Amino acid sequence: MSDLKIEGYEFKPGFKGMAKDTGSDQTMFKGVHWGKAMMWIFLLSDTFIFSCFLISYMKGRGSTIIDWPNPSEVFGLHVFGVDVPLLLIAIMTFVLITSSGTMALAVKYGYEKNKKMCGWLILATAIGGLTFVGMQAFEWGKLIHEGVRPWENPFGAPQFGSFFFMITGFHGTHVSIGVIFLFIYAYKTFAGHYDEGKRGWFTTMKGDYVEIEILGLYWHFVDLVWVFIFAFFYLW
Amino acid sequence: MDKTKKQEQTSTHKIGIYLWIWGLLFVLSFFSYMVDWYQFQGMLRWSLILFFMFLKAGLIMAFFMHLYWERYALVNVLLWPMTAIACFIFLMVAEFEYTVFTRFFYFVVGG
Repeated sequence: MSDLKIEGYEFKPGFKGMAKDTGSDQTMFKGVHWGKAMMWIFLLSDTFIFSCFLISYMKGRGSTIIDWPNPSEVFGLHVFGVDVPLLLIAIMTFVLITSSGTMALAVKYGYEKNKKMCGWLILATAIGGLTFVGMQAFEWGKLIHEGVRPWENPFGAPQFGSFFFMITGFHGTHVSIGVIFLFIYAYKTFAGHYDEGKRGWFTTMKGDYVEIEILGLYWHFVDLVWVFIFAFFYLW
Repeated sequence: MDKTKKQEQTSTHKIGIYLWIWGLLFVLSFFSYMVDWYQFQGMLRWSLILFFMFLKAGLIMAFFMHLYWERYALVNVLLWPMTAIACFIFLMVAEFEYTVFTRFFYFVVGG
């Protein structure tokens, strides 16, 4: 939402704007921060990576003639003497959505140049992400302890393990990288780098709150991927 | 002065919209968990899972990732490539059906 006005260019909404954008001189998304456009391009390519994982999972699960392990039981937890299906995964989902919400608010407060609120909300997002990774590590540990390996498992089709570790592992890596950046950006926000326009790394461009939005795009994408993993891997 | 005021209006939205979407995401996640809780099976289960999944994904993309307010050029650049993924899914569905058919065939008939 950083449609900064540049000289002689006026942004038009709707299909007129689209025609103007695609037919525009030299650059396409005029007025959009380059980092934001590049983040979208990166997320698009990442979408393809995760799609390939999920499609190969679909193919693997569809083409095996051995019964697929029942995720509801495999990922169930035994709490207070009761077996609760998918409990940990449900909590993880809620934690990730919580952190996505705090991130959305952080972006909003960032644009309002509310340094304190923005910083605290980024920090809350980071802690949510850290909790998520922690629970995922617990889940991995539990399954490995129960004998799930990429090549075999005691519940059913042996492909289950390889898809599980690959998909959730790749997603967990994204979350972990996101958490690291969230902590760095929380520090940068509190330190006022975006108010002063301090330069970041590897760039000569001045810092701005639009960077919070770029980070937010990445974080929401991680949540978005989890929506699909939750549906296809855990619920299906 | 007038220009900066205009700028601010375009770049932020009321907090209410975010809280609404946030709440909706919680409710939808709860519903999709309930699909498993009540052990719905068959077409009902799959359609409910997909319904809640697409609704959640749409809300996140439209409002948290601001696509709803974004310029059409960007929206189109992002959404059209998804048709390639849809094609790939259809191809691989045909592929796994063929694979599982040959496996059944050779395991039962023995070649």
